[in-house]
Amino acid sequence: MRNKFADAIYEIGKKDDRICALVADLSPAGSMINFREDFPDRFINCGVAEQSMIGIAAGMALNGMRPFCYTIATFSLYRPFEMVRDDLCYQNLPVTVIGMGAGVIYSTLGGTHHTIEDIAIASAIPNLTVLAPCDPDEMRLATTWCATESLGPVYMRLGKAGEPDLTSKAIDPFKIGKVRCLQQGANVAILSYGITVDMALSVAKQISSTGKSVSVYSCHTIKPLDTEGIQKILATHNQIAVIEEHVPHGGLGSRVKEIAWEMKANCSLKCFSLKDEFIHFYGNHLELLSKHGLDIESISEEINRP
Amino acid sequence: MNLTNSFDKMLAQSRCKSYRRRILDISQQVGALHAAAAFSAMEMTDCIYNGLMNRGDNKDPIDKFIMSKGHGCMVQYVILEDLGILSKKDLDLYCKPDGRLGCHPDFGTPGIEASTGSLGHGAAMATGMAYTEQYIKRGPGKIFVIISDGELQEGSTWEALMMAANLNTDNLIICLDHNGMQSFGDTIETHPKFYPISEKINAFGWETAEVNGHDSEAVFDAITNRAGGKPFMLICNTVKGRGVSFMEGQPIWHYRSPNPEEYAQAINELTEISS
Repeated sequence: MRNKFADAIYEIGKKDDRICALVADLSPAGSMINFREDFPDRFINCGVAEQSMIGIAAGMALNGMRPFCYTIATFSLYRPFEMVRDDLCYQNLPVTVIGMGAGVIYSTLGGTHHTIEDIAIASAIPNLTVLAPCDPDEMRLATTWCATESLGPVYMRLGKAGEPDLTSKAIDPFKIGKVRCLQQGANVAILSYGITVDMALSVAKQISSTGKSVSVYSCHTIKPLDTEGIQKILATHNQIAVIEEHVPHGGLGSRVKEIAWEMKANCSLKCFSLKDEFIHFYGNHLELLSKHGLDIESISEEINRP
Repeated sequence: MNLTNSFDKMLAQSRCKSYRRRILDISQQVGALHAAAAFSAMEMTDCIYNGLMNRGDNKDPIDKFIMSKGHGCMVQYVILEDLGILSKKDLDLYCKPDGRLGCHPDFGTPGIEASTGSLGHGAAMATGMAYTEQYIKRGPGKIFVIISDGELQEGSTWEALMMAANLNTDNLIICLDHNGMQSFGDTIETHPKFYPISEKINAFGWETAEVNGHDSEAVFDAITNRAGGKPFMLICNTVKGRGVSFMEGQPIWHYRSPNPEEYAQAINELTEISS
């Protein structure tokens, strides 16, 4: 996904000289080097100084540019939170903040590098669009939208390198602000975003073997959330599951519950998330998720429980 | 019009007197308006707008200004009114439900280039604006900023100062409103290691100069005669509340407005300040 992001902004940067990249001493590999070499004036390494990275990006946007700020998610959103809020969102400037390696991808780096509250925090700020594409192609499409169409600030949650293709056979095309059906079923609907969409598809496969017909949706636009689309899903399935790599509060699960309550939905609804706890446990990414109950077996079992 | 080669000190003194008067008048409509913070930044703001800036046709100015110490914006408002960019009605409706001006400047208001109010944001935004102008658009514009000494304690300001020097934005000019006063007393007492200032800024790769911030001509000359090649900071030594004796150096006047008796005394006291 990282590489696809770099490819996308390099391609768009060739055509649009308002596109610029700011990094805080971290950079996606691959094409970002091409961007830096071909457009040196539009690439700024701000050093390990995330607050001023966001402020400088705001100033560039005030002067007509469309900047992308890139670093590890905790440092792109938490450290400079007030700059994101005041400089970008309050002034409603077209700046995209990339949160790389969000969730617990940096598993063994520990809690300081885990980004488990970003969706709640980012979604709480007016004007901020919150995106979490699930695979490299969604990342490309989302980046293109940020670069060419977005009128305001965006926080985009980014995974890591090496995600599989999950969307080439999707039922729906990618459209900002719309939930995207990846596979259509009749009984169960699984909603997820970002890198756990892969897990959602695996869960769907597993519970399909018990005779259920399962839909899977990529909720890549978490804010503004496609309320109408989710109402339709809740009305047409009798069992809903939300899977997210995020604390239980303020994420997609909370939002879907709000919508379900307001429409008086009749379906069952189960939310699978990280716990409301910091993780003092070392292992690989999947081992950390499993520690909090996010694994294919546990989720499938819980969905199948009557 | 632009006065790029000369600066009429007498005219500046006269303008600043009337700007102070206008701020005191508006103070009678509201409970708070940070008059003292505006008075310390008065001469430097006047000098930037009326002496240094190339404002073009005022609609899309070539040079830009950010009041990073957002609580000093009253001085900016009265100057924008004088320049015809804000209306008398705008200022009469200051902090009122039908108006559009509050205690801190908002982006989107005519003449306001960036929203400020939380300290420590202006230097980085100005750096981004200056860099874009100088190295991407290759334009002639300069970015003027006023920061407070209080916000020079914010880490984000130092990040921006370091980066502005790394980027060689020599079109960036910051006036430091050094009134030396904070909520708990004089900075020299509360945070003695804040000093010396200029050595620190120089060490970060900036050119600096130091003047009496109430001497308009000194401010004008120092900025006009800067060597260039680096971002420039003018340390303007000022008195908080300058121009009204009972406001000078008194922390309470950071925020409150004078009552009618105090207002009358203040109006009587106003003179043309020469230094």
